[in-house]
Amino acid sequence: MGATDMDVETRVSGTVVDPVHGRLDARIPPGPIDKKWERHRFDMKLVSPANRRNCTILVVGSGLAGSAAAASLGELGYNVKCFSYHDSPRRAHSIAAQGGINAAKNYRNDGDSVFRLFYDTVKGGDFRAREANVYRLAELSVNIIDQCVAQGVPFAREYGGLLDNRSFGGAQVSRTFYARGQTGQQLLLGAYQALERQVGLGTVTMQTRMEMLDLVVVEGRARGIVTRDLVTGAIESHVGDAVVLATGGYVNVFYLSTNAKASNATAIWRAHKRGAFFGNPCFTQIHPTCIPVSGDHQSKLTLMSESLRNDGRVWVPKKAGDTRAPDQIPPNERDYYLERKYPTYGNLAPRDIASRAAKEVCDDNRGVGPGGRGVYLDFTDAIKRFGESAIRERYGNLFDMYERISGENAYRVPMRMYPAAHYVMGGLWVDYNLMSTIPGLFVGGEANFSDHGANRLGASALMQGLADGYFILPYTIADYIGRTRPDKVDEGHPAFRAVEEEVLGRITRLLDVKGKRTVDSFHRELGRIMWDDCGMARDDAGLRRALEKIPELRAEFWKSVRVLEGSEEVNQSLEKAGRVADFLELGELICIDALHRTESCGGHFRKESQTPDGEALRDDEHFAYVAAWEYTGTLARPNLHKELLHFEYVHLTQRSYK
Amino acid sequence: MAVTGFILVGFVIVHMLGNLKVYQGEEKFNAYAVGLREIGSPAVGHEQFLWLMRLVLLTATGLHIVAAVQLTQMSHAARPVSYVQKKVIQATYASRTMRWGGVIITLFVVYHILHLTFGAVGFPPGQYRHLSVYRNVVTGFSLWYVSAFYIAAMVALGLHMYHGVWSMFQTLGLSDENTGRLYRSLAIVSSFVVVVGNISVPAGVLVGLVK
Amino acid sequence: MKLTLRVWRQKNANARGRFVTYEAKNITPDMSFLEMLDVVNEELIGRGEEPIAFEHDCREGICGSCGFMIDGVAHGPKRASTVCQLHMRSFRDGDSLTIEPWRAKAFPVIKDLIVDRSAFDRIIQAGGFISVPTGSAPDANAILVPKENAELAFDAAACIGCGACVAACPNASAMLFTAAKVSHLHLLPQGQPERYDRARNIVATMDKEEFGGCTNIGECEAVCPKEIRLHFIALMNRDLIRASVRDWKVGRRAAGM
Repeated sequence: MGATDMDVETRVSGTVVDPVHGRLDARIPPGPIDKKWERHRFDMKLVSPANRRNCTILVVGSGLAGSAAAASLGELGYNVKCFSYHDSPRRAHSIAAQGGINAAKNYRNDGDSVFRLFYDTVKGGDFRAREANVYRLAELSVNIIDQCVAQGVPFAREYGGLLDNRSFGGAQVSRTFYARGQTGQQLLLGAYQALERQVGLGTVTMQTRMEMLDLVVVEGRARGIVTRDLVTGAIESHVGDAVVLATGGYVNVFYLSTNAKASNATAIWRAHKRGAFFGNPCFTQIHPTCIPVSGDHQSKLTLMSESLRNDGRVWVPKKAGDTRAPDQIPPNERDYYLERKYPTYGNLAPRDIASRAAKEVCDDNRGVGPGGRGVYLDFTDAIKRFGESAIRERYGNLFDMYERISGENAYRVPMRMYPAAHYVMGGLWVDYNLMSTIPGLFVGGEANFSDHGANRLGASALMQGLADGYFILPYTIADYIGRTRPDKVDEGHPAFRAVEEEVLGRITRLLDVKGKRTVDSFHRELGRIMWDDCGMARDDAGLRRALEKIPELRAEFWKSVRVLEGSEEVNQSLEKAGRVADFLELGELICIDALHRTESCGGHFRKESQTPDGEALRDDEHFAYVAAWEYTGTLARPNLHKELLHFEYVHLTQRSYK
Repeated sequence: MAVTGFILVGFVIVHMLGNLKVYQGEEKFNAYAVGLREIGSPAVGHEQFLWLMRLVLLTATGLHIVAAVQLTQMSHAARPVSYVQKKVIQATYASRTMRWGGVIITLFVVYHILHLTFGAVGFPPGQYRHLSVYRNVVTGFSLWYVSAFYIAAMVALGLHMYHGVWSMFQTLGLSDENTGRLYRSLAIVSSFVVVVGNISVPAGVLVGLVK
Repeated sequence: MKLTLRVWRQKNANARGRFVTYEAKNITPDMSFLEMLDVVNEELIGRGEEPIAFEHDCREGICGSCGFMIDGVAHGPKRASTVCQLHMRSFRDGDSLTIEPWRAKAFPVIKDLIVDRSAFDRIIQAGGFISVPTGSAPDANAILVPKENAELAFDAAACIGCGACVAACPNASAMLFTAAKVSHLHLLPQGQPERYDRARNIVATMDKEEFGGCTNIGECEAVCPKEIRLHFIALMNRDLIRASVRDWKVGRRAAGM
């Protein structure tokens, strides 16, 4: 179906549900911000230890949030089933996070505090996050580090045996804890080990190679999921008293991203179509330091931790079209543009700002490397100052990784970097209890929209995933179960049968298209549309163009995709096809959201809304809200619900990192 | 493997040192052979200690072989379908030939006992004389092919011992990031010394150093 | 570049497998090995043939999903690299390569190059953790860890669980994987209370999963993408021995001796 301009207009302005009488209640507890969580923990219901065994909780996803939640709920005595489409929970993409995890420990005595971490996070998110959630996150950050150290996470240490810290993109205090360049791996292994311990004890059943394909809602509550066994193809129903989605982000909608190849939106998108509102889908993060694309064959992009920006200096030639080798360009002909534009933060400017700045210089024809889409990240000065061995100790594995991929030795020649799609702040809308608009459906980690506003600061994702999993969901799920006591339902319930039929029908439809084009070719094309028109800089014309192209591409997909037979065995193209089909729908919602938000904020930059010197210009009067989209049955016409954001503790300012 | 190996390595080293006594001349060497039988005397009777040692060695050898067979069976069971193509990257020749090396050494030991302990093989009839060890050695090794077999067997022993000793330090948990290289060197030196020491005897006979 | 690939194809765990030869055309040196396989697969799908199934996910060498034998070497010819990080510049135009799945009783083939490595998870379940329920941890800086130990523990903890060590071991032993986890936890003060039980339980489970025995050959170390060192095996062995000595003593005490 082609979208006309009128369609777009109605989508954007005609469907706003009255926020007061709408269904959005964030359930933020009363009281001063530093007492809300403590008070709420007291107010929440408990489930007696004897009853926990009779409650089944389904946790979908086994990354930081999923593993942590499943392990913690198992420890409490609930009957937990955890699902992963990988062969082992340890493969979840949290494993690839490099840089570190923030915690307001103030071990450095440099003026950090819970309030400062809270303030920095709200500000870093360009004032589009919910204050109460962020404050709780900052509070819990300290417990996370304690928990992880006790689990044996080998964080970096100082000679005295105490934990080491470093400062990280966008922060003026050193509050980031790290384990070389593999912090995510070590934290995930900690959570994975806690999870496997529970599996061994029999409190958690781990279902690997099992993909959730739909959510089952019975009498308005989330009561289970339908999965496909990726080895046998069996479609199965699983009943639970509550469902947790911790299925990660959807940035693979851009095709090329730093996410893992299998990262997808299917679980949350299916839940969205069953009634869960989607919060701020257009808030996507572009990471400034990734290895540039080397050709059309490229299947994914590799991020280099932004900790590199602590010692590396970012520059491009001053002259457009300068093709000299980097060491042939004298210092006075180099433009250290981040240091020039943002003297206070310099190379440590937040991600969205650093990314856009890189795009600008490359658009200026001053980019370096093949294709001109790259900037230098130069360690020459740092090596001179600290010596090569110090730099090797700090970033050795990153330099090795760079060399493996690019074939270049970054100790000798500057790295080349370019922004890449990396993370999504958007996700399923959740209230303070991390529950979506479907009662009993909880969402944790990157899959929810909650804590990062319009831009996530470095080292905050790991913090949020673990806070959700270890310290929030175990309480709030108990509260839900304690309050509702849902009736017993089993797999034979007609609602489960009906969803199973739908899932099977969808698989059959995909197999029956029998067209000519591969799934990947559609994914690539969608990615190009999204990157060109809904990427680092967006404008009205581009978004409208994308909104015409995406439905066309989707129609084309269902007409000519080729998925090979074999629904009862490992069929990787069938798996991909289902995921890409969902991206083709989600992509449209992202563009609708991006089109309706005519302000710039954080990772969402609208060309129409910028300051005279090209910085993002927010419109707090009209857009200080969370856009929560409701699926109406027609992809082109979702309903917009607004959760107005109130800032009592953080003063709304124009973000400035100059 | 490691514990029995340790006993066997100890024996091999002591045996080699004993062998070197051949250079002290016929009298001393024969006296050494006789002395072995009287260790612990008078508290311990004639050949009693020797038999105890022989029992220990036999048991250690038996257990060593049993363990090796079990390990081999485990390995085969652990990979029922083998690779059509498999390259070796850093494994030493010694480590890869442990099993065949073990078989060769076992065969050699049997021969060696039949040869120099019982005189049942490798001697023209009537030439072997019990406890005239020096003469027996000279006569036995005068046949070049017997010496050649001994020398070849000693090379096999050396390889087996090199990986065995290194492996022993690993299995007994002694090796770590600092001492790994040291133990590697120790394995090389000890097996090299044993091989050279032992080979020197038949070689000495062949070149006329021992006569 | 153009290459000839001899690839193991096997429809499912019970089917008989065989090698099939494919031509990989239009390959550039900047492609990763998996991107090269993507190209082959796109062509296969175009022809209506089943694409080669292989496991992969992060494609940056950290998730541990990918891995198979290339010309008889786990993860291929580049040291300290997974197949996703192996680039075609490591090969020459016209090369002919044999691609086989990991082979071990404990890693049954699921399809083509995909094997079932869930035995690794069961090893971790047996003791690859520190028992610390959520919420019970002391302040992070209350536990002092000498920098040297933390670094060494990290070296062991870097394991990605890809299974290359098992694949390369002539005995199909899982000692390096197991020892890496045991060593990681044993080098830290947090891991001490469960130290000996852990070593014993985890090794018993490894044996139960039908991995082969270790003969200290070192092929595991040679192919490990994270360069985990052989001496961690010695470290685990040390604990195993101490565990048996302790058991013996405890047994004697229990028997009143």
